[in-house]
Amino acid sequence: MAASARTLIRPAVLRTRKGKLVYWSVLAVALALFTAAFLVPLYWAATGAMKSSAELAQSPPTYVPAHWHPENYARAWREMDLTRYFLNTVLLAGGAWLIQLAVQVPAAYALSKLRPRFGNVVLGLMLVTLMMPATALLVPAYLTVVDVPLVNRNLINSPSAVWLPAAANAFNIYLLKNFFDRVPDELLDAARIDGAGPLGTMWRIVLPLSRPILAVVSILSVVAAWKDFLWPLLVLPDPAKQPLSVFLQRVAQDTPLNSLVAGLVMASLPLIALFLVFQRQIIAGLGAGCLKG
Amino acid sequence: MATAPLLEKPVSPPVTAERERRAARLRRSVREHLTAYGFLCAAVVLFALFSWWPIIRNVLLSFQHVNFATGSTWAGTANFEKLFDDPLLATAWRNTALFTAYALVLGFFVPFLTAVLLNEFRHARAYFRVLVYLPVMLPPVVVALLWKWFYDPGPGLFNEVLRTLHLPASDWLDSSSTSLLSLVIVSTWANMGTATLIYLAALQTIPGELYEAAELDGANLWQRLRHVTIPQTRFVLLVLLLLQIVATMQVFTEPYVMTGGGPEDSTVTVMFLIYRYAFVYNDFGTASALSLLLLLVLAAFSALYLRVTRGAKED
Repeated sequence: MAASARTLIRPAVLRTRKGKLVYWSVLAVALALFTAAFLVPLYWAATGAMKSSAELAQSPPTYVPAHWHPENYARAWREMDLTRYFLNTVLLAGGAWLIQLAVQVPAAYALSKLRPRFGNVVLGLMLVTLMMPATALLVPAYLTVVDVPLVNRNLINSPSAVWLPAAANAFNIYLLKNFFDRVPDELLDAARIDGAGPLGTMWRIVLPLSRPILAVVSILSVVAAWKDFLWPLLVLPDPAKQPLSVFLQRVAQDTPLNSLVAGLVMASLPLIALFLVFQRQIIAGLGAGCLKG
Repeated sequence: MATAPLLEKPVSPPVTAERERRAARLRRSVREHLTAYGFLCAAVVLFALFSWWPIIRNVLLSFQHVNFATGSTWAGTANFEKLFDDPLLATAWRNTALFTAYALVLGFFVPFLTAVLLNEFRHARAYFRVLVYLPVMLPPVVVALLWKWFYDPGPGLFNEVLRTLHLPASDWLDSSSTSLLSLVIVSTWANMGTATLIYLAALQTIPGELYEAAELDGANLWQRLRHVTIPQTRFVLLVLLLLQIVATMQVFTEPYVMTGGGPEDSTVTVMFLIYRYAFVYNDFGTASALSLLLLLVLAAFSALYLRVTRGAKED
């Protein structure tokens, strides 16, 4: 439908012989360029991992491996002990995801539907943190994790050092609150008359209606945790506890190139799979992200 | 005295009833507020610990000598003096500004022109969309390590492509004149998908009648782009411009993984210098002083962003 809407070029022009010729040649050039720019690097990595070390080091490089070594992937997985680092990453991303939902959904629900006194002040204070990017607050955030105020706990090398700061995400709360705002109050009143408490109302009325936004927030949080580098680098100095990103960077110098590249490819596959499955939600989340700020 | 009960009796029931009703309402209101704050408390505690207190503490730390063993002491402006004596400070700001400028030229125009082009296509749209967004899903460390290999002057992919096209080879990361630009190219490749898809969504909301009207007035392709497409997407363009400035000014992973700040400090960025002060030299006070400067600059752009988006909402 959107495809037939009028754009820069007049549809009638595209139906002429010259118009068709120009359109198809521009399309062909664009297809070639885009494939070269975005798919060739990935092809280069996926096949490079299957070359022998000697072939990988030769100049000029080969475009297609002269000898295929698909077993390089299995060997790299074994030698780099990737099971451990995948599990570490899953633990960090999964925990961050669960804690984020457990903290952000009730908070957004309270701000949207229970509307306590000073609720808007709290929301405002949360939104202000969007102006102070977490990266630039690296030093005080790190010192907080080293010695958590009031409870005096050191979270270094604990997964909660990654999980807890991830939950203090104003952007997700804002997305959730905006969505909850559109759930009609009459539905909630009806549930209350039927004797449901605020928790029951949230759980049985609001959450089932909010699946699209919960999907968006879930994907955003898992992807962000999987991609993160600087923060886990700082708070997880114990090599046995690091996620893939920190591990791969740490061993990059001392690993044979084909094994390293195999590791890089395998570390990206879960996110690529996630993207191919959840394209629609991911692209929806991106629009919500920037324009309604 | 004797009349008091007489007077009180007829009056008292409504008073106590009113009082009770008021008390009940107060109890209910207190209970509702307590419930609401119960739902909010986990978030408030985490924000206090990991956002609000760090913002305040960053200001305090920049005026302190931080010492884990003996406790921190006040430093006055010593951290700032030390910072301004460091010749790397100017280098880091210059590199960051240059990185942001390059990133805007590439990361701003390339996605916009890409989106305008893709919007004209009637075929393979899904393929283009998936392709351009794919790198956004890759972990930045993976992208940085892969591109470090592609940039390799010997067996690297890029010089091979240049050789095939009979173009002169480049030193990419190994020369201080090209290193920063090489990092910007990686970062643009990795991130342009987001901006492209947002522009694409904005372009699809432009009413086709505007183009028809412009064409009837005799506007050629360039004039239609200049007078219809750009004004109609001006808001999105401005918002993404500001967001990109804020994001690129925090660049860290690419220089850390790909160049380590070199060659000849040509890729030392502000975040890189903050990291070095804090986690290499263990000088958290000076690192905080530099963070404060960065925060002030970023907050200025964020404030601008807020004004722009709020202005748009009121329109």
